[in-house]
Amino acid sequence: MIELLAQTGLNAVYAASYISLVAVGLVLIFGVMGVINFAHGELFMAGAYVVVALYAQRFVPFFIAVAAGLVFVGLLGLLMERALFRPLRDNPLGGLVASIGFLMILQALAVMGFGVRMEYIPPVTQEVIAFSDKVRLPISRLYVIIAAVVMLSLLWYFLKRTRFGWALRASAQDPQAAALQGISVTLTAKIAMFIGAGFAGLAGALTAPLVSVNPYMGHSIIVTAFIVIIVGGVGSLEGAVLASIVYAFVHTFVTTFYDGVIADITGLMLMLIVLIVKPTGLFGSADRA
Amino acid sequence: MRNIFIWTVIAAILFALPNLLSFSQQEVLVFLTINILVVASYRLLTLTGEWSLGHVVIMGVGAYASAMLTKSSGLYVPLGIVMGGVVAGLTALALSYPLFRMKGFYFLIGSFAAGEIIRLLWKRFREPFGGTKGIKGIDPMPDFSVGFYDFDFFEPTSYFYFSAIVVAICLWILWRIEKSPIGLTFQAVHWQDKLAQASGVNLRAYRTLAFVIASGFAGIAGALLAHYIGTINPNSFDVEVMVFVLTWAIVGGTSTFYGPILGCVVLTILNEVVLRELGLEQTRPLIYGLILILSILFMPNGLESIVQKFTRQKERRSLRPEEAK
Repeated sequence: MIELLAQTGLNAVYAASYISLVAVGLVLIFGVMGVINFAHGELFMAGAYVVVALYAQRFVPFFIAVAAGLVFVGLLGLLMERALFRPLRDNPLGGLVASIGFLMILQALAVMGFGVRMEYIPPVTQEVIAFSDKVRLPISRLYVIIAAVVMLSLLWYFLKRTRFGWALRASAQDPQAAALQGISVTLTAKIAMFIGAGFAGLAGALTAPLVSVNPYMGHSIIVTAFIVIIVGGVGSLEGAVLASIVYAFVHTFVTTFYDGVIADITGLMLMLIVLIVKPTGLFGSADRA
Repeated sequence: MRNIFIWTVIAAILFALPNLLSFSQQEVLVFLTINILVVASYRLLTLTGEWSLGHVVIMGVGAYASAMLTKSSGLYVPLGIVMGGVVAGLTALALSYPLFRMKGFYFLIGSFAAGEIIRLLWKRFREPFGGTKGIKGIDPMPDFSVGFYDFDFFEPTSYFYFSAIVVAICLWILWRIEKSPIGLTFQAVHWQDKLAQASGVNLRAYRTLAFVIASGFAGIAGALLAHYIGTINPNSFDVEVMVFVLTWAIVGGTSTFYGPILGCVVLTILNEVVLRELGLEQTRPLIYGLILILSILFMPNGLESIVQKFTRQKERRSLRPEEAK
């Protein structure tokens, strides 16, 4: 029993890692741009397909393919900023529809380029850290955990300790006041989109060998990310990370002891209860509602 | 007098329309008719300023209710359709208690979560909801005759006439509600909520009322759909369908009654007829996505803004919500 709990705990840590990468990106984009990026799940999917194209089909080393995934999806984020969100800055519902349009385009491109089949990706490494017979952590999952910890720490340092980070947080809180202080809101928007999208791409690229890669894989991750950012409080990065961990543990344990659908329902109930008890989320403030 | 003439012409066109179409286009026409009711009822909710992502699931509640009632207790199908609306409205009433603690973005996501929970319950419980496979062999509308026309519900044409009449009645009721003092209060709840509250309007009660009415009509639409296609499952009402409803409303524009309907008709024809006829099966979502982006970039006020350009003088400008803002 102890071993089962330990193994489920390890699985939950792995799930929390990639969920928090995706959710933090979504929060960052929402905070700075003020739009809900519905295409975020498809950015995750795009990252996974970069690994399919480079690593599985052209035998580029895995970590180079992952880095390419981060950069490529980050550039997609810049494209979205320039083509969609900048012209629609005062129109949040318009931004929502535009991101839905972008989502459909990305899905269609994935179908046209790769087909609807599930992609086979050769495992990166077969090595496993065995704590005991039944408690094992595959190294490929460890990569995801390490990447999440490193990237989130870097982001935290960037936002809280550098001038760019200050500027970015300032324009998230009040774009007009930030502009009056000489901060380029367009530049901070670009940085936020690149990081936010890039994190989703990184998560997709790293988990590609571990999940089933197909053009519609973005759907379940975006639902999860929405739950997480609501529970954490929209606009709060710390809240998103904490909520990812809570959600991943609850979901993984319920999946192990009951089943996946009950786990999904539990996750959604968790979110509804948080919304009812504290409608702004655990860490949220009332202003950017 | 002139109005009666216009409506007679429209009715005649609608009566002749199916005869000019191919079989598959007739089927699209039936879906389009039902979707018009979905999107028009959705607009009633948006009048109060709330955007829901659970509307399609509520529509599904109506579909499931009607399908299960007619199947298990042998309820007469038209009564089942009405009951579908009632059950959907009651479900919305129950959901309104948690959901209307939230506003704006939180309501959007909260309604999505509530909808997903309902959908997952359908999926999880084979008894009585049929699980992932849903409900099959739903009773079709029983055939009947009205003297000059025999309704044979194997034919999409007949079902189109039937659903067009139901939808027309529903649209008329929705229109009356919108123009009634209640409808004007809905607008006030959206654009002048502080003032309305200060004047003694119970904001939450009116939001709930709009949500329940909108959901009731969505339920009727769902029931109409269920008795036409004969099989429903949790995926018939998933978020992808919701995204279509949302884009119809936004691309059409929601400041007029006809805006969302216009969006629904134009986008459906583009997507289902034009792109299909051009043989662009694989690139259809790509082009549809592009159309969405271009229309929101270049027509931020929706298709209705084009119509308004031509009819500007006739509009009673004082009623426009943009100016009330």
